[in-house]
Amino acid sequence: MRDCRPILLLEDDTVDAMTVKRALKELHVLNPLVRVANGEEALVYLKDESKEKPCVILLDLNMPKMNGIEFLKIAKADEKLKRIPAIVLTTSKDDQDRLKTFQLSIAGFVVKPVDYIKFVEAMRIVNLYWTLSELPNSEQESTNEKLQTHTAGGR
Amino acid sequence: MRSSKPILLVEDDNVDATTVRRALKDLNVPNSIIHQLDGEDALEYLRSGDNKRPCVILLDLNMPRMNGIDFLKIIKNDDELKQIPVIVMTTSKDERDKMDSFERSVAGYIIKSPDYKKFMESLKILNLYWTLSELPYPGA
Repeated sequence: MRDCRPILLLEDDTVDAMTVKRALKELHVLNPLVRVANGEEALVYLKDESKEKPCVILLDLNMPKMNGIEFLKIAKADEKLKRIPAIVLTTSKDDQDRLKTFQLSIAGFVVKPVDYIKFVEAMRIVNLYWTLSELPNSEQESTNEKLQTHTAGGR
Repeated sequence: MRSSKPILLVEDDNVDATTVRRALKDLNVPNSIIHQLDGEDALEYLRSGDNKRPCVILLDLNMPRMNGIDFLKIIKNDDELKQIPVIVMTTSKDERDKMDSFERSVAGYIIKSPDYKKFMESLKILNLYWTLSELPYPGA
């Protein structure tokens, strides 16, 4: 990745989460991997000011409690969270899932190959692309927030 | 690219547009390239029912009439168009531009290298990624 902030992984399956961790390690991706088991836990993490915001979000779609699409609806309506690129990582080849998530402006939809070697290759490309691309500074205030601070502030 | 739909290139500089065409050709990317000179022309293209929807949009930021950020504001509020991945391709390293673009959920922000080889390498990675990733409109 282009910077060293954590990667947030939303994945309910422990084995799948471990495969992602292993692939990133093999690719020498140094960003810490923060794994949460569903959308609800991801929101708790993202709203906790003491936690560093991730550079990108990798998300599974089928999860209990709050699934990927429900999570995207909330995150993409939030001024601060909507800037973080969200990449879907799923086994779903469902047309509706693909359309709905692109409607919510995801930054990629990767169908997970079952074969581990192919999966590592997919993660290599994801890492290459998000090393080439700039990433948003999640701590920076948006124009609106800045204006409010400046009006409320003074010396 | 994963689909054979055209790539929409929004770029006011004809020399830069030619470089993109040349690099994609050198990379054997078979998709056709639709070149529009600014946001207004691009919107007109996208809203004309007869035209093919692009698989992705490559967007410059500094353009006359309607710049890249204003274009993003409009298409990301349009239920028909907002699903198309938009990748910013610019020489601007300005934090404000980056922020404005990611707030409109761009699917990448690439700073154009003046060196042709490096530029081609970045388009190669872009093509690899959007061949791996699914796209909103499947098929041809």
